[in-house]
Amino acid sequence: MRRAILIVLAAVLVLTVVPLYGAAMPTVGLSISTLNNPFFVDLRDGAQAAAKKLNVNLIVLDAQNDSAREASGIEDLIQKKVAVIAINPTDSDAIVPTIKKINGAKIPVVTVDRGANGGTVLAHIASDNVAGGVMAAQYVGKRLNGKGSVVMLEGIAGTSAARDRGKGFKDGLKKYPGIKLVAVQTADFDRAKGLAVMENILQAQKTINAVFAQNDEMALGAIQAIQAAKRQSQMFVVGFDAIADALAAVKAGTMAATIAQQPKEMGRLAVEAAVKIITKKAVPKFTPVPLKLVTK
Amino acid sequence: MRDILRRFGILFAFILLMVVLAFLSDSFLTVNNLLNIARQVSINAIIAAGMTFVILTFGIDLSVGSVLAFSGAIIAGLLSRGHPLVVGIGAGLLVGGLIGLVNGLIITKGGVQPFIATLGMLTIARGATLVYTDGRPITGLPDAFVWLGAGEIARIPVPVVIMTVVFAASYVVLTQTVLGRYIYAIGGNEEATRLSGVNVAFYKTLAYVISGALSALSAVILTARLNSAQPTAGMGYELDAIAAVVLGGTTLAGGEGGIAGTLLGAFIIGVLNNGLNLLNVSSFYQQVVKGVVILLAVLLDRRLR
Repeated sequence: MRRAILIVLAAVLVLTVVPLYGAAMPTVGLSISTLNNPFFVDLRDGAQAAAKKLNVNLIVLDAQNDSAREASGIEDLIQKKVAVIAINPTDSDAIVPTIKKINGAKIPVVTVDRGANGGTVLAHIASDNVAGGVMAAQYVGKRLNGKGSVVMLEGIAGTSAARDRGKGFKDGLKKYPGIKLVAVQTADFDRAKGLAVMENILQAQKTINAVFAQNDEMALGAIQAIQAAKRQSQMFVVGFDAIADALAAVKAGTMAATIAQQPKEMGRLAVEAAVKIITKKAVPKFTPVPLKLVTK
Repeated sequence: MRDILRRFGILFAFILLMVVLAFLSDSFLTVNNLLNIARQVSINAIIAAGMTFVILTFGIDLSVGSVLAFSGAIIAGLLSRGHPLVVGIGAGLLVGGLIGLVNGLIITKGGVQPFIATLGMLTIARGATLVYTDGRPITGLPDAFVWLGAGEIARIPVPVVIMTVVFAASYVVLTQTVLGRYIYAIGGNEEATRLSGVNVAFYKTLAYVISGALSALSAVILTARLNSAQPTAGMGYELDAIAAVVLGGTTLAGGEGGIAGTLLGAFIIGVLNNGLNLLNVSSFYQQVVKGVVILLAVLLDRRLR
């Protein structure tokens, strides 16, 4: 009898403690498009640090830039019944069937960096391109003391990055009525086009004090054009993305500044959003990740 | 008179475009800007010269942009590791010519249509470029090489000098040599040419070799101009090259047209790009304007004939 009571007590103990423990350490799945890229390795590190701090168990999957691999990895996460699945999709379209499958299993979904073009996603965490454009405008405005002629090289017409960075830059310049945007031309995020378009603009505009390119590739092309025209002392160039070539150019002094994304912050915010969902707190549909101005 | 219009219809379209732009922008008709346009045009023009040979045989070469990227990567890869200029550039041109040779053999010996054969090569060469560069630009090129893109000889940009030599040579080959005559003959009537004892497969293949090698030559200029080889270089260049050839009056049906028109066609596209930049036309309208002007130019050309 006593033995039976002990067994029952033990069983009760196990049945109460285990779920309690489970509730204290929820599991979050994070599927990353590739870890063969420092950007995403940083994102993972940020997520892991946040998970440790917030007491969640984090499972990280590397899709190796393969949509099929990402899909099967996430199916495993569904089988494990994780509390939240955070996805950095390899492709915004290819991920949609997988997200619908997660929706069917009633597991909340968060997307990171790249969005999804379908399915139900509770929160999206990505860099705030509008804020980045504003940041570039502030740098240009301050360095020119609020007066001068500025050129903007745009990315591929119709892409969200081009739209948002352009909007931010134009909005940011409104604070400096003495600065005139003398030319706005597209160079399709491409270095060769950045070179050719800048050459043409240099022909048309006798006075240019600053150039903002919506990505570093165009900025590096523009720098080639400006140097060939021997006008580098008259103007400076600001890029966007902080790619390796651009960071080297900033260091060498040929590029004035570039705007860097913060993948670690992105990873941290993704895990924080997942925890908010688990604890039934409200999460915004879009969480902008702040950007950072890189200068010499 | 009719004959003059027939021959120079596209020239009138070009002059009309120049006059309109000269009125709209005061920075357009300056020596500096005209040299600037010529330098920018050189890359597309040299590719289009090779494309003219291919299209005259009733073929097409869609792989030119990828061939440019791949040979550019090979050149930059060798030069950045300290190999001499001759080795780097020679290897690049050789690679371009070899890819053209493969294109030609697949088409003539394999019996694959040029559109499909070169579409396949477009993908292969682009993929090979990404593999070779690991998706990253190759930098660290010697100054002597960069001179080929940015330098000048008596105020004339080096790329313009190269372009001039290419077009002069192409003109001589197409109008004065057996090779030129056979290329026109193959495009006009391949079967008749074969029956008259010409080795059609050989001359057709040669057209693709020329196209590949000239794509590699434009890779030299682009790589030097950018002071780096880009894995994504040359994307969509095939369309600009085909547009230049067709604007220049060479028909896609082969056998009719010529290299002088191609130069003009390339200049129309270049002048248009330059003019739209000078006038600061919004990027949304630019594409519409470009398409409309190209269609109008061809229509005017056909009307005058």
